[in-house]
Amino acid sequence: MKGFLPLFVALPLAGAFLIPLATKIKKWLGVLLANIVTASLLGLSVLGIMETFWGKIIVYQIGGHHPTLGIIFAFDSLSALIVLLIGLVAFSALLFSVRYTDKFTGVGKFYSLVMLLLAGMNGVALTGDLFNLFVFLEISAIASYALVSFGINDKELEAGFKYMVLGEVGGLFILLGIALLYSATGTLNMADLANTLTNLPKTPIVWFILGIFLFGFMIKSAVIPFHTWLPDAYQYAPASISALLAGVFSKVIGIYALVRITFNIFNLSPKTAPVFFNLLLYLGVGSLITGGFLALNQNNYKKILSYSCISQIGYIFVGLGIGNYWGITGALFFILAHALTKGLLFLTAGDVEHKLNTTDLAGIKGLRDRMPTTSWSLIIGLLSLSGVPPLPGFFAKLLIIIGALAAHLYLVAIICSLYSTLTLAYLLKIWQPIAGKSESTLGYPGRAAEIPTMTSAILFLVVVVIIFGIGFKPALTWIVEPAATALLRGIGYAKIILGG
Amino acid sequence: MILFIACIGLFLIGIYAVATKRNLIKIAIGFCMMEYAVNLLFAFIGFKKNALAPIITSQTLERNFVDPIPQALVLTSIVIGLGTTALILSLIVRIYEKYKTLDIKEIRKLRG
Repeated sequence: MKGFLPLFVALPLAGAFLIPLATKIKKWLGVLLANIVTASLLGLSVLGIMETFWGKIIVYQIGGHHPTLGIIFAFDSLSALIVLLIGLVAFSALLFSVRYTDKFTGVGKFYSLVMLLLAGMNGVALTGDLFNLFVFLEISAIASYALVSFGINDKELEAGFKYMVLGEVGGLFILLGIALLYSATGTLNMADLANTLTNLPKTPIVWFILGIFLFGFMIKSAVIPFHTWLPDAYQYAPASISALLAGVFSKVIGIYALVRITFNIFNLSPKTAPVFFNLLLYLGVGSLITGGFLALNQNNYKKILSYSCISQIGYIFVGLGIGNYWGITGALFFILAHALTKGLLFLTAGDVEHKLNTTDLAGIKGLRDRMPTTSWSLIIGLLSLSGVPPLPGFFAKLLIIIGALAAHLYLVAIICSLYSTLTLAYLLKIWQPIAGKSESTLGYPGRAAEIPTMTSAILFLVVVVIIFGIGFKPALTWIVEPAATALLRGIGYAKIILGG
Repeated sequence: MILFIACIGLFLIGIYAVATKRNLIKIAIGFCMMEYAVNLLFAFIGFKKNALAPIITSQTLERNFVDPIPQALVLTSIVIGLGTTALILSLIVRIYEKYKTLDIKEIRKLRG
């Protein structure tokens, strides 16, 4: 059953080449093709969850070479979780894009870039080779720079340039880390690296390499001192792209790659590397607080969501920094909850933008009367983000707080719980004008007509969010806990891959 | 060892250029310097004194080869670098068309 692994990368890559050709024939043909690709990726990812449930790692050797000689794909529960999230968010984002991209002239190019983004992200989640990880990371990163500035107006271009400068510095740091790691160990296969590194004494050079990796991934995931690119990029990117970037992209190439390297290659734990985990914790708490206060000052719907991304990523870093079982499980569940919720919220923002041509809070007064379905979906998203009980955001925060208490980090637990109030405060800032009375002077007196594809994409994510909230227990035992176990297995990852 | 340090030095000069220069083209040049620094570092990692190209023939039985993997990696990273350089330059061209300037201080429309 390992034949399906290359499809995760091959399908979107094939799509990236075929879609521009198809749009030359008929525009709808290209759009249809793109949606077929994302739907099949979603199906494949569900298959992946079922295949890896019992802690199995599926190894696919590209070209049939032995793992230490050739490049391998290693698919474990953590990869399955990430790939599932990519599948869910990408499916709804592309369904949403069907009409949203009407305003663009180069629809074929848009879908082609999205496909490259997906291929890169799936590749990062699957690969078992460090340099290959960098290549996939750059494929998706370059596609994302182009997509952020896709509107080619002055602001989009500036946001794209800013994003590209910081993103590329991060990418080059990661490449530098890989070069130094290769010179220290002489191998690039992740499993082999893990084995070699356990036999190597922990000299300062190893910590230096780890620091360089951390620096690169900090830029990529926009933790606090390097967050400046994120708000502009997410605000001016097309909404479906913001949903993909905020929902999965920053997690896959920032956090997933970082945890894979720290846990499964360097085999770190809070006991062996307290400084590193404390650093993650401080970074997390820093972004949590700063992102929240910055979000409070904004008066644009998409911008509030973007700043909230910074603070939510802070939460994930806190969970990772705690480093015990509950902390890691919480961080992974947070990734799941946040991907779906932020995806949903950015899609509703896109819907508003498409119909009203503005996302300023002043311009969306009385939205509840004009676009009821969108507004109610928005509420579900806002409630989940601020952590109201039956929705996934609540359980994610709960797990992280339990982790903090179990690790005797009481101050962190208090900050995390207090911060939920701040989240509620800035989310109420969005809700307030929406619930207010509509002003007929704005030119949209009645209800805006629903666009079926957009509404169904939003409702799809609403249903998924509610399912993961109410079905919290099965989701935890079936999807998140195996992933956390795979991560905490540490060096066991290498043993399974090289042994099997 | 001195070569490794020189590469890191070049990398740092590149970062300095990216962080402090006001001209967009100079920022792009800073990038290229960082990229070349990492590529050079890769090439040095594989280097061995008095070693042969890694091709097995009847004359090269002692097998004193340079490490071929970094060379393959360098090729890949040069191609990626080509892509990023092309994209960043095309973004700069577009920005110049919109703003009629390359000075980053005058382009700052997005604040906060």
